[in-house]
Formats: sequence, C-alpha cells, structure tokens
Amino acid sequence: MDRPQLLDLYFLDARARLIDIAAFLDRLDRAAPADDFRIEAFRLALRELDKPGPDRARRVLLALSDPTRDPAAKSPGKGACGAFPVQSQP
Amino acid sequence: MRYIEPHAHMVSRVTDDYLAMVMAGCAAVCEPAFWAGFDRGSAQGFYDYFCQLTDYEPRRAARYQLPHFCWLCINPKEAEDIGLAREVIALIPQFLSRDNVLGIGEIGLNKNTRNELLILEEHVRLAADHGQMILVHTPHLEDKWKGTRIILDVLRADSRINPERVIIDHVEEHTIGMVLDAGFWAGITLYPESKCTPARAVDMFETAGAARLWLNSACDWGQSDPLAVPKAAIELRRRGYPDPIIDNLLFENPRKFLSQSPKFRLNG
Repeated sequence: MDRPQLLDLYFLDARARLIDIAAFLDRLDRAAPADDFRIEAFRLALRELDKPGPDRARRVLLALSDPTRDPAAKSPGKGACGAFPVQSQP
Repeated sequence: MRYIEPHAHMVSRVTDDYLAMVMAGCAAVCEPAFWAGFDRGSAQGFYDYFCQLTDYEPRRAARYQLPHFCWLCINPKEAEDIGLAREVIALIPQFLSRDNVLGIGEIGLNKNTRNELLILEEHVRLAADHGQMILVHTPHLEDKWKGTRIILDVLRADSRINPERVIIDHVEEHTIGMVLDAGFWAGITLYPESKCTPARAVDMFETAGAARLWLNSACDWGQSDPLAVPKAAIELRRRGYPDPIIDNLLFENPRKFLSQSPKFRLNG
C-alpha cells in the first residue's frame, strides 16, 4: 500500500491515540506531583517516536523493558507494570 | 474463511464462544495449560485440570464439530513454589498419551526468577525425554525482552530440542526477530491492552515474513476476544492481501506446525 492509502486507513486512529497520550500527560500534570519511574520511562520512550528509522515500535518496547540479564532472586508478585526503573538500567 | 485458533483458554470461556468461533470459520482450537487467575493449592487441583483439558473440554467443543487439542504443564505464574511444581510435572507423563495432547505448554517465564527458570528447565527436559513438542509463554510487558532471551538460552542448551517443534508465543516487535533468527516458530497474540493489535500483527507479518508465524487470541478469563484471529483477517483484507495469503497465515501455518504431532487431525 502507498502512504495515502495507509493514511486513509490509519490516520484518524493514530490521531486519536496521540491525543489520548497528550491528555494523559496533561492529567498527570494536574495531579499532585510524585516521583514515579513509570512516567520517567514513558517520557524516555516518547523520544523514540521522533527519531528516524523503521523500528520505532521495537525501540519504544525496548525503552520500556527490563534490560538486565540475570534471573531475579524472587518474584515481586505476579503482575507486570509496563516499565522498568530508569535508574536501574545499566 | 477458515482458520485455526492455536492458543485459547476455553475452560474460562462460555459455550457461546465455541459457536461464534465455528461460525467464523474455526477448524480447530488448541488450549495450553495456564494460570487460573488464582494459585491452585495442591497437585490434585492440577490433576483435575488436566482431566478437564483432556476429557471434558474436547467433548464440549465436539458438540460444535470443533476438534480440541491441548498442551500440559504448570504455568510459570505458579512455578515459584518448586515443591508443588515438581509434583505437578510428575503428573504429566500419564496424560501424554491421551488423544488430544500435543505437547508441553505453555511453559516459560513470568517474572524471570530463578525458581521459574528451574521449573522451565525441568519442563524442557520432560519434553525432550518424551519427544514432545513445546509451546512457550513469554513474559508480559517490561519482562518480555529479558525473559525471551533467557528462554532462548534454555532451549538452545538442550541439544535434543528441535526449534522447528517449538513455538514461542506472545512475541512483539522487540522479540520476534530473535525468536525467528534462532529457528523457532513465533506466535503473535492479539490481546487488548497488554499484547498486540491486529494492525501491529500485520506489520510484523509484513516485516518478518510469514514463515514460522501464527496468530492467536489467547482468549481467557481476562479482557480478551475469542474472535481476534478472524478479525485479524479483516485487517489483512484492509491492507489488500488476497484470500490465499490470509489462508496461509491463519490456517496453513498453524496446521503445518501442529501437524508435527500425529494426533493433530482436522475434520473432513
């Protein structure tokens, strides 16, 4: 498919998701400030969108991934939160 | 259209879902053993679950002429209790000869812990000892990249494991390359919120190619869609793919992988 065809298919959906992200950031700004590694990781991942290259989705996923190699000593619980503390990244 | 649902947790779905899937063209459904949403307290609970997967559930599907197959294991979410996990692994061999059992799965990792890793290695050994195929669950969200790398290391460490008989499921853009490059099959899971949209699945199909790739819904007790695979077919059509390409990805590919088990047979 060429770009106009892809835009016809996906532009409105991507536009809506983009506005959702903007509104999410506004919502966080309105809330009482608190340090949280998730928003830091989120902002770092956002930077990947503006970089050139064909693999933005991969790079965003990596920015939100645990980069360590060794197995954890113990499970902190069953769930995942979607981001990894930036300061823990080597 | 016709398709195979290669990963669905039908024990947690209502019977209406079977009807909807068959009406949408589903030709077979495969059900890996998984976490019930709560930790089972004893190995006996798993024995009953394995009976459900190998006896009751295929009969429920058969009411709609839908062949039902399963994979057996203790899910990594319950692998922290090594004692219980080993009791459950010891139960599995007696079920392997049952008519609808395709192999060991969905094994893998959840939080990438040492105990999970130990139990993953024991499952891989069990599969190798019994010549079974393997279906692998990769962790969620931030744990997926690390977990997938560890899982690949474990599988490659056992020379008896043939990558062509292993499917590594829930791949995303950052893990699909390493899985396919290592010779394994890759599964893309169409799951709201935490996994992949149909549009991204088609992107990965376009960039990684159709070889050794399947799509599944992994529908379960969470917010999930048992018709996610036929809905992905609509996405493929929107991108301009003709029916033979769609049939190859959604029907022929899973059939090719699953047919490595002589037990996998379709109606007609």
